[in-house]
Amino acid sequence: MNPLIIAALLCAALLSSCASERVQPWERDVLARKSMQLDAYPLDTYLDEHIYYSKESATGGQGIGGGGCGCN
Amino acid sequence: MQLKKPESILRALAAATCGLFAAAPVAQAQVQTLPRPAQPGQWEVESAILFYSEQDRVTAIEPVVRMKKQLSEDEDIAIKLVVDSLTGSSPSGAVPSTTPQTFTSPSGNQTYNTPANTIPLDPTFLDTRVALTFDWTRPLGAERRIVYTGHASKEYDYTSIGAGATVSQDFNNRNTTLTAGLSYDADQVEPVGGVPLGFATQPAFPGVKTTAGTSENKTVFDVLLGVTQVVNRTTLMQFNYTHGPDSGYLTDPYKLVSVVDAVSGIPLQTIYEKRPEDRARNALYWRTLKAFDRDVLNVSYRYYWDDWGVKGHTVDLRYRRDLGGSYLEPHLRFSQQASAADFYRPFLRAGESTQFASADYRLAKMSTVTAGVKYAIPAKTGEFSARLEYMLQTGEDHPAGAPGQLAGQDLFPDTKAVIVQFSYSFGW
Repeated sequence: MNPLIIAALLCAALLSSCASERVQPWERDVLARKSMQLDAYPLDTYLDEHIYYSKESATGGQGIGGGGCGCN
Repeated sequence: MQLKKPESILRALAAATCGLFAAAPVAQAQVQTLPRPAQPGQWEVESAILFYSEQDRVTAIEPVVRMKKQLSEDEDIAIKLVVDSLTGSSPSGAVPSTTPQTFTSPSGNQTYNTPANTIPLDPTFLDTRVALTFDWTRPLGAERRIVYTGHASKEYDYTSIGAGATVSQDFNNRNTTLTAGLSYDADQVEPVGGVPLGFATQPAFPGVKTTAGTSENKTVFDVLLGVTQVVNRTTLMQFNYTHGPDSGYLTDPYKLVSVVDAVSGIPLQTIYEKRPEDRARNALYWRTLKAFDRDVLNVSYRYYWDDWGVKGHTVDLRYRRDLGGSYLEPHLRFSQQASAADFYRPFLRAGESTQFASADYRLAKMSTVTAGVKYAIPAKTGEFSARLEYMLQTGEDHPAGAPGQLAGQDLFPDTKAVIVQFSYSFGW
């Protein structure tokens, strides 16, 4: 693992939390939209993950589980 | 002021907002994009059918249905059923030659021929997979929830059973969420014709291959640690780290490796591949959702590495363009496997000794580019959508040092696939 990538990701995480505004519950009109949910379309995610699990070696990141196929 | 049940207030606000929009006919389109407050007893059904077709290779049809029932305000169960039907040809791992080649099918009952100067494809690929997944989300207090998952899948030669749990804890007035998850899969492979002995020669028909039994097992763990951060009113950011130790039979029982003459490059024999029995996978994942008025940019990056030596970068970019109720979402995905598995060998030279070897192109250094678009229109209580994508996988056509005739062969023909998906969701 390239330490530069780890450092960049950690910096991004820290910066995003430091730079974030404290959004109040009554200010969540945009965040409450379906289009702003992290997994608004779980079947799209599932089908994409299944395709790329079958066609590439690199997997994971979005969630746990998945796979469960011979995928020859 | 500390709010005791912010999610209830949120739902009330969302309901009130929905009501306001519903009262204004000009804003009907916006109502569709706000999630309806979950009501106990409510069902949400999502269905999709995927058509995946590779040029000259595999074709798959995969219908999926997911049904979610709201048990209470904060608790739901979801069941997903998948049927995955595959036909076509898959690269066997063997190299092309200047003369036609004959291979024995995995069952040992027939042969297939590969024309000269053509990558060998095993045409006996035919399988149907049925998978059932179960999710149960329940609250553990006001700001904590757990999702229990279970799955079972069965195909002709492969069975998988797994379970897992993911806990999420909200902090900072629900602006920060920490997530931790764990899952375990127990898989069993029962290859057609038995489990081939690694590195054993594929005998000429009607010879019988040397087997190491009728079935093998593998276990797959997954661990997830994640942070989701609300950056501002229109931006959400997610960071995940996943780690997955696999152990057991990780070899592909149908993949072959050609042993070639070190000078002429002509295949002398074909052997069964052999991979290590352990693998530790890691992925760092970052995703950001950013709303621009009614549009949403969804961008993610993943860095993957494992102890087989595979490293990869994946960037995924989607832009949801609102069209007043309906939307158009262009999608671009670029994935680069920057380094191959240490034991990836497109061929072996005669007399060469190695502990492991696989010519499976998915372990190679390669790139995958996918481009497409999704179009969705609101339905009565849900949404109808269609997406069309094109996928291209490319790798090293002429790896350095390929001897003799192999130098003139395309050892990594492109994989080209068309992906078509129709989805329909509704609730009652």
